[in-house]
Amino acid sequence: MSLLEFDSVTKVYSVRGAGQIKALDDVSFTLESGQTIGLVGQSGSGKSTIAKILTQLETPSSGEVRLDGSAIPRRGRGLRSYRQQLRMVFQDPFASLNPYHSVRHHVERPLRLDHVVPAVQLDGEVRRLLGRVRLPESVADRRPHELSGGQRQRVAIARALASRPKFLVADEPVSMLDVSIRLGVLNLLAELQRDEGLGVLYITHDLATARHFSNEIIVLNQGRIVESGTADDVILRPTHPYTQELRAASPDPEKFFASASGSGTVSAPATAAVSGTEGGTR
Amino acid sequence: MSDALLSVNNFSVMYDVDPPVHAVTNIDFELRRGEILGLAGESGCGKTTLAYGIQRLLKAPAVITSGSVVFHDTSGQDIDISQLDIEDMRRFRWDKISMVFQGAMNALNPVATIGSQLEDVFEVHRPSMTKRERRDAVVELLEIVKVGGQRRRSFPHELSGGMRQRVMIAMALALRPQLMVMDEPTTALDVLVQREILRQISELRHTFGFSVIFITHDLPLLLEISDRIAIMRQGVIVELDTAERIWRDPKDDYTKQLLSSFPRLTGEKGLVNR
Repeated sequence: MSLLEFDSVTKVYSVRGAGQIKALDDVSFTLESGQTIGLVGQSGSGKSTIAKILTQLETPSSGEVRLDGSAIPRRGRGLRSYRQQLRMVFQDPFASLNPYHSVRHHVERPLRLDHVVPAVQLDGEVRRLLGRVRLPESVADRRPHELSGGQRQRVAIARALASRPKFLVADEPVSMLDVSIRLGVLNLLAELQRDEGLGVLYITHDLATARHFSNEIIVLNQGRIVESGTADDVILRPTHPYTQELRAASPDPEKFFASASGSGTVSAPATAAVSGTEGGTR
Repeated sequence: MSDALLSVNNFSVMYDVDPPVHAVTNIDFELRRGEILGLAGESGCGKTTLAYGIQRLLKAPAVITSGSVVFHDTSGQDIDISQLDIEDMRRFRWDKISMVFQGAMNALNPVATIGSQLEDVFEVHRPSMTKRERRDAVVELLEIVKVGGQRRRSFPHELSGGMRQRVMIAMALALRPQLMVMDEPTTALDVLVQREILRQISELRHTFGFSVIFITHDLPLLLEISDRIAIMRQGVIVELDTAERIWRDPKDDYTKQLLSSFPRLTGEKGLVNR
């Protein structure tokens, strides 16, 4: 059991001409292994700043991040071993993989750097990891451009898992993918999370997937946590006006067609029949 | 005059590579005046090829192998798009059918002000306009899309993503076309901005009465804004019906599969196997 604490973190950026911008304002939460937290909010709300601070790409202006009670080292071996335990999956699988290198190189690199397995076992470990993300072994010698977006994201996940982390930060991991494969990748993440007991921070502005994928949801607005709680409470019974606004803006056919077709926020389609029957057929 | 704006008959596009790819095969549909027609389907199903094809915007190796596209102009004239010569086609484009491209972030020229880019449209298509008239028209357009006329001197990087998308819509609106083709116009935007842009598209459509072909793979969104939806798969329209009937009573198996692949905001869980 591991515990990641994000304790009263404030992050201030100085921007030339615009003075100081508070990207995060006294944000606290904890993430345990085996738990998924959805972090939602619109562009500029501070979601990615949290990811940057968690990975120590940025340091907090005040406040602290702790892993199992001890502060994250700022540099050196300690920082390295921290990062081994917390890995990231990025939004754009087309940009996060190096086009010059094979899939094997991508997955092997963290294994080598962190001495996860002895050199003789590298090949077997790469195959195991690819199997874990449901990719055939033959993919190992391909380059990223030969793979589809979904396959690339699976490679990125395999790479993230290579150092056997306890925590995964997934920043919009499926938003660049086609809808028909989004669910597959999310299900894979959910399964890995269960099997390996990972703590996952799922950053997104898609409320629907956040609700289905997370145990708890944190809503961020202008660097502050405005609401948090269990996924269903936050999305189905939002109490903060900002969460309600986010929810109202998300496409929701169920509600749209249930509410006498057209009282929705977008004006009614001219030809859609008005009907008050409850719920969809599915 | 019928209420049809565009009749597409037996339309096929092939990519002449080895082996040939039949991207769009024998498609028939009619677009009504003032309607929003959603075009949905996964990547590679041919929806963008179809939308580009009906405006003859495709480049080699794409070849239109069969079919016709007839545009029923408000003047009562029927224009067969495949019969237009190059000069007529140039005049026709943007004047009758305009386009909002995917990724507004990159569709604008980064080293020219948005005002000058909007003026380009008038310079090319309305050569008789004076400089002052063009400027006034640009200010009016920017006011219509609520970016504000004073922003005409801004460069694209000085605007937010949502504002840039509005500038793209202003540009598409410039010549008051009868049809706007929108290719994933809100995909890169967050939900609040997306909702605002959709509301604006809806309002503009009511004010100016144009039709819209709206391409996206975001089916929940499409269900809310479209009058009718065409579901495409492997170059074929497998189902075309009103948004409500697609939602309540989908006939095709693929449509059902597509509908069930979306996590519901408020509905039952279970899609994600937690």
